[in-house]
Amino acid sequence: MSQIFNRSTNAIARLSIWGAVFILGGVGWAASILNRSAYNTNQGVTVKQPVPFGHEHHVAGLGIDCRYCHSFVEKSASAGIPPTATCINCHKLIWSDSPMLEPVRESFRTGKPLNWRKVYDLPDFVYFDHSIHVAKGVGCVSCHGRVDKMRLTAQFPSLQMEWCIACHRNPEKFLRPKDRIFDLTWAAADQETLGRDLAKQNHLRSTVALTNCSTCHR
Amino acid sequence: MRRLLFLAGGPVLALALSGCRNDMHHQAKIKPFRESKFFADGASARALPEGTVARGFLREDSALWRGHGPDGKFVEQIPVPLTRALLLRGQERFNVFCSPCHGRTGQGQGMIVQRGFKRPTSFHADRLRAERAGYFFDVITNGFGQMSGYAVQVTPEDRWAVVAWIRTLQASQHMPGDFLEKGDREHLDTAALASQPEPAASGHSPSKKSSLSSSETK
Ligand code: HEC
Ligand code: HEC
Ligand code: HEC
Ligand code: HEC
Ligand code: HEC
Ligand code: HEC
Repeated sequence: MSQIFNRSTNAIARLSIWGAVFILGGVGWAASILNRSAYNTNQGVTVKQPVPFGHEHHVAGLGIDCRYCHSFVEKSASAGIPPTATCINCHKLIWSDSPMLEPVRESFRTGKPLNWRKVYDLPDFVYFDHSIHVAKGVGCVSCHGRVDKMRLTAQFPSLQMEWCIACHRNPEKFLRPKDRIFDLTWAAADQETLGRDLAKQNHLRSTVALTNCSTCHR
Repeated sequence: MRRLLFLAGGPVLALALSGCRNDMHHQAKIKPFRESKFFADGASARALPEGTVARGFLREDSALWRGHGPDGKFVEQIPVPLTRALLLRGQERFNVFCSPCHGRTGQGQGMIVQRGFKRPTSFHADRLRAERAGYFFDVITNGFGQMSGYAVQVTPEDRWAVVAWIRTLQASQHMPGDFLEKGDREHLDTAALASQPEPAASGHSPSKKSSLSSSETK
């Protein structure tokens, strides 16, 4: 029986053992890039909504406070999406015959809620609560970005576990005074001292407690 | 050869099985705003059955919870103790929920009115200055004319806080001159002189307002 493989293939075989390390490394690297990409996390992605509602118009243009619409954000886990009646408070007289707002009027007439799609959507095995973040001094802008500049609402962070953990390790970097929680443009002159003082004042728990698995997976 | 198949097949199978199902991401439990397949109307948050009262919501004290006595007459005075904390709370809630239309000083020229909403009567008009406290409570609860009620967003406790703030605003615009400390009085006069060239709307210059309200909130 003649030889199938030529002697020179030994070199290829040896080389490919070395190469495998790099190939595997490369695949791992590509996977981590893909994992962090917007394709996987939806970071920066907008969602098609029944009405093209714009925070830009309502927050920056008209100066309406977040709590006018997201009324429960200080008290409950969920910030809440406003019911149709909240839109009608103003839109019964403003743009009351604009075709863009027809779904809102129809929802009000029939009592069938508007089907807003979620922009931010954590997996169900993660526990999240708005009220504690607000109470301890984390502002909306730290997690949702400048919604007042968004024509349509986009997901600002990656919402991956590493993002939550990065802040839970160093929350001082983000703490702000109570009356600035809803202010998207405010920035501290000296975040370092302010953060340290607020962390003490608000009795922040230790990093160990905040990065404990059972804090977010319970 | 068979062993090779096993060796290669293991990882391939593991890859194929991973990331296909997201059962834990989308569990059958109900989270806020999630649609329910169980109830015919699809709403997961259920309304109270007719004729029942939830624990802690009996609210027998009509003056406190509805703003009028058992005889249906509006209460004259605010039925809760007036504290600094109550006023500050009222100011905050007023600025969130009322100022878009009534303006921060209650003149009735908020941003939404400037964009075409009906202009409400100024809180500084004689009729509203003479109005009973219970009347304001009732308007917040049930609305008035083109204004919708805010019972859902503003709790009864907060409604009294807002009424207290409306009273504060009213007082701030009708303060007798000799009520002020000497320094404040001088400050006012110079501010009024400085702003004289502009035709001040209904006789109140902004600087007057801010100096008064800040001395009241500090
Ligand atoms: C006039 C009412 C109104 C005001 C004021 C308002 N919002 Fe919203 N918000 C909405 C509506 C309606 C939606 C759902 C449509 C969408 O996603 O854009 C929404 C959606 C959002 C979402 C995405 C929620 C999701 O996951 O689907 C975030 C985050 C948000 N708002 C933050 C804010 C912040 C922060 C402020 C204050 C600066 C604010 N909003 C003020 C009405 C409002
Ligand atoms: C406090 C009053 C107020 C509330 C509450 C309100 N709007 Fe508006 N909205 C306005 C005004 C005023 C305009 C017109 C803006 C202008 O003239 O610059 C507007 C404009 C709009 C527009 C067109 C402009 C744009 O790009 O956004 C849409 C769509 C809209 N609103 C949807 C909604 C929906 C949906 C809700 C309920 C979640 C809502 N609004 C709640 C006052 C309000
Ligand atoms: C610590 C980060 C963080 C802060 C601070 C924060 N949010 Fe959120 N927000 C989230 C996350 C995460 C979600 C997605 C929750 C989910 O899917 O269960 C979310 C969801 C929302 C939603 C959609 C409805 C809901 O509750 O699921 C709205 C509206 C919203 N946030 C508004 C606000 C407003 C207004 C503020 C400012 C008071 C705020 N958020 C502050 C992280 C934050
Ligand atoms: C910008 C900073 C920041 C980010 C981002 C952040 N958190 Fe927090 N989180 C805090 C602070 C501050 C506290 C309060 C700590 C304390 O009470 O000592 C907190 C507390 C919590 C708690 C404790 C609630 C309780 O009742 O024990 C949970 C749960 C939580 N965060 C979940 C999350 C999740 C899930 C995410 C990511 C989606 C997240 N957080 C992102 C700052 C942040
Ligand atoms: C601050 C909140 C927080 C803490 C603390 C936390 N996690 Fe997570 N975890 C998350 C979030 C948010 C996600 C969802 C990430 C996503 O959707 O990409 C997650 C996802 C996961 C997943 C599933 C990944 C997947 O893609 O399905 C595992 C496993 C996990 N966490 C394990 C842990 C372990 C183990 C610990 C303790 C060492 C821990 N987590 C602590 C917030 C947290
Ligand atoms: C969307 C705009 C809007 C908002 C927000 C609003 N109002 Fe009004 N309000 C009006 C209008 C318009 C009227 C006059 C209604 C009419 O004459 O048909 C009115 C009337 C009133 C009146 C009765 C005045 C009278 O003439 O007897 C009171 C009191 C009042 N509002 C208090 C409040 C308080 C307190 C809040 C906040 C919780 C509030 N309003 C929020 C638009 C608004």
